[in-house]
Amino acid sequence: MAAASALAEEPGFTRALLARRSVLAALCVFLLILAAVLLATWIAPADPAAMAVRQRLSPPGTGYLLGSDPYGRDVFSRLLFAGRVSLTVGAGVAMIASVGGILIGLVAGYFPRLDAPASRIIDAMMAFPDILLAIALVAILGGSIANVIIALSIVYTPRIARTVRASTLVIRELPYVEAARALGSSTPFILIQHILRNILSPIIVQATFIFAYAMLAEAGLSFLGVGIDPSTPSWGTMINEGRQYVDQAPFLIFFPGIAIAASVLCLQLIGDGLRDALDPRIARQL
Amino acid sequence: MTASPILEVNDLQVEFATRRQSLVAVRDVSFALGAGKTLALVGESGSGKSVTSLAIMGLLPTAGRVTRGTIAFQRGSGETVDLATLSQPAMRHIRGAEIAMIFQEPMSSLNPLFTVGDQIGEMLMLHSNLSSVARRAKVLEMLDLVEIPAAASRMSAYPHELSGGMRQRVMIALALICRPLLLIADEPTTALDVTIQAQILELMRRLQRELGMSILFITHDLGVVAEIADEVAVMYAGEVVERAPTRPLYAHPRHPYTQGLIASIPRPGRAPGERLVPIHGTVPPPSAMPPGCAFAPRCPHAGPECEAPVALTEAAPGQLARCVKLRELAAHA
Repeated sequence: MAAASALAEEPGFTRALLARRSVLAALCVFLLILAAVLLATWIAPADPAAMAVRQRLSPPGTGYLLGSDPYGRDVFSRLLFAGRVSLTVGAGVAMIASVGGILIGLVAGYFPRLDAPASRIIDAMMAFPDILLAIALVAILGGSIANVIIALSIVYTPRIARTVRASTLVIRELPYVEAARALGSSTPFILIQHILRNILSPIIVQATFIFAYAMLAEAGLSFLGVGIDPSTPSWGTMINEGRQYVDQAPFLIFFPGIAIAASVLCLQLIGDGLRDALDPRIARQL
Repeated sequence: MTASPILEVNDLQVEFATRRQSLVAVRDVSFALGAGKTLALVGESGSGKSVTSLAIMGLLPTAGRVTRGTIAFQRGSGETVDLATLSQPAMRHIRGAEIAMIFQEPMSSLNPLFTVGDQIGEMLMLHSNLSSVARRAKVLEMLDLVEIPAAASRMSAYPHELSGGMRQRVMIALALICRPLLLIADEPTTALDVTIQAQILELMRRLQRELGMSILFITHDLGVVAEIADEVAVMYAGEVVERAPTRPLYAHPRHPYTQGLIASIPRPGRAPGERLVPIHGTVPPPSAMPPGCAFAPRCPHAGPECEAPVALTEAAPGQLARCVKLRELAAHA
C-alpha cells in the first residue's frame, strides 16, 4: 500500500519503469496473461470441465487449440481457468506474506528488545521444510483456495520478515534516521517514511519471488492431494495430471509449464524494473 | 557571560551497561551556555563529547543512561526543564523545534528518497500546522537564508544531486527551519574540505547573529574552535579537563592536555624539519580508568599526587582546569 502511494506521487516513475525494453515487454506479456485469465469466461472456446472421452489426448491444432487431456477436456480452456487459481494463490500469498513480514521484520529490526524473540520464532519457522509446514497447515485448515493461501502465507512470511529485518538493521543505523530522531520525528513516522520507504526495493523483489514460489508450492500441494480440490484446475494440477502421459502427450505439461514459466519470468523482470525505478539514483539515469 | 544560560549541564554522568559491568562514559561534566553564545566541546574520539550531546538530545543508545546530574534547558516559553529526566514524548516536542542537531555526515544525513524541499517541509509538518503553500514559502526562504543558489529549483533536487557542502547547507536549513533556541552541531565541518568548511562556519556565525540561537559545537579541530566559539570546554576521557573563554584558552592553556593539544598543531613558520609535538600514549579505555587524573599516564608533569581525584578549580579568572599541579605549572610557564 505504501508502495502504491509512493508510486503515484513520483512524477518520472512510469517513464523510468517503462524505459527499459525488457520491463515493458514483461509488463505487456503479464498484462496479456492477466487479461486472458480474467476474461476466461468469454475467451475460453469450451467448458473446461466438459469431457469428450473419444477425443482424449488429441494433439494441439486438431480441433483443440492446445490439444485435449486424458478426459478429452480442452487444454486451452482449462489453462485459462487454471490461471485464475494459480495467479490468485500467488498474488494472495505475496501480498499477505509481505504485509505480515513487513510488520514482523520492522519490529524485530528496529526494537532491539524484541529482536531476539522475533528472530527465534522466524528461525524456528524457517527450520521446517516449506512444503512440510504447508501440508501440516492445510491439513489443519482444510483444502480450499483460501486455506492454501493462508497456509502458504504463513510459510513465506518469515522470508520477507527476515529480509525486512536485515534491511531495517542497516537503515536504522544510518545518519538520516538518527537525524530524523534528533529533529523530533516520532517512531511510527520514522518506521514508515525513513525505513520502510528505503527498504521497499528488496521487499518488492522478494515479493515477486514469493509470488512465483507460491505458485509452484500450490502445484506441489495439489499434486500431493493436500492442496486445492482437484476439480478446480490450477497450472500445477494440470502439470501433475499430464505427468503420466508425458510420452504420448508432452503438450499436456508443456503448456501449463510455459504459463508458469512466463508468469514467473515476467514477474521477476517487473520486480527488477520496479526496484530500479523506485531508486531515484538509477531512475534519473534511464 | 552566563547571566541567563539557555543550557546548563551540571555534574552529568552517563553510564553504559554491558552484560558484565557498567562503564562510565562521561562523568562530572558541567558547563553553561548563554543565549546567543557558542560553546565548543573539544576532545578526541572517545572523550565523551558526542555522548554528552546525545544525552542532551535524549538520544542515548539503549544501553546508555544518565545516572547523575541535571541538564537544565530553558524553553522558549521561559519554563526550565531537566532534559535528563524528561519523558520521550515531551522530549520529541523539544527536539527539532527548540533544540536541533546537525551531523558530521552530510552525505548520509539526508534520506535519499525524498527531495530536499520535502525533507525540510517535513520538519514544519512535524512542528507546526502551516498549510502546504505556507510551508513551501518558508522552505524557500530558509534555503535562501543558507545561501543555496537557485533555491526554487533545488527544492525538487534529491540529496545525491547536491555536493557535500550543499548538503550540509540543506542539513542546516533542516535544523533551523523551526528556529530552534539551541543548535547542537556534531562535527558539522569534519567531512568537508577546507574552503567549504570556512564557508559553512561563516554561514553558521551569520545565522547565529540573525536568528539569535545558541550553538553547542562539538569538534576535535582546535582551528575550527578558534573560528566560532566564545567559550571552550576541553574533554578528555569523559571529563571536562579545562573550561575557559576561547581567547585565554589559546593564549594560556592551563591543563597539560590542552597545552599538549595546542602544541601539537602545526604552525606556519615552523622551521623546516622541525617535528610536531605529539601527545604520547592513548586515551585509557573506560574499563581501566586511572584512579586520579585520567590524563596522568600521558602527562609529562605527572607525579604521585596525581593519583588522587581532582576537581575543576579556577586556574585564572574565568578559566577552570582539572589538575592538581596548576600552581606549579603556572610558575613553570
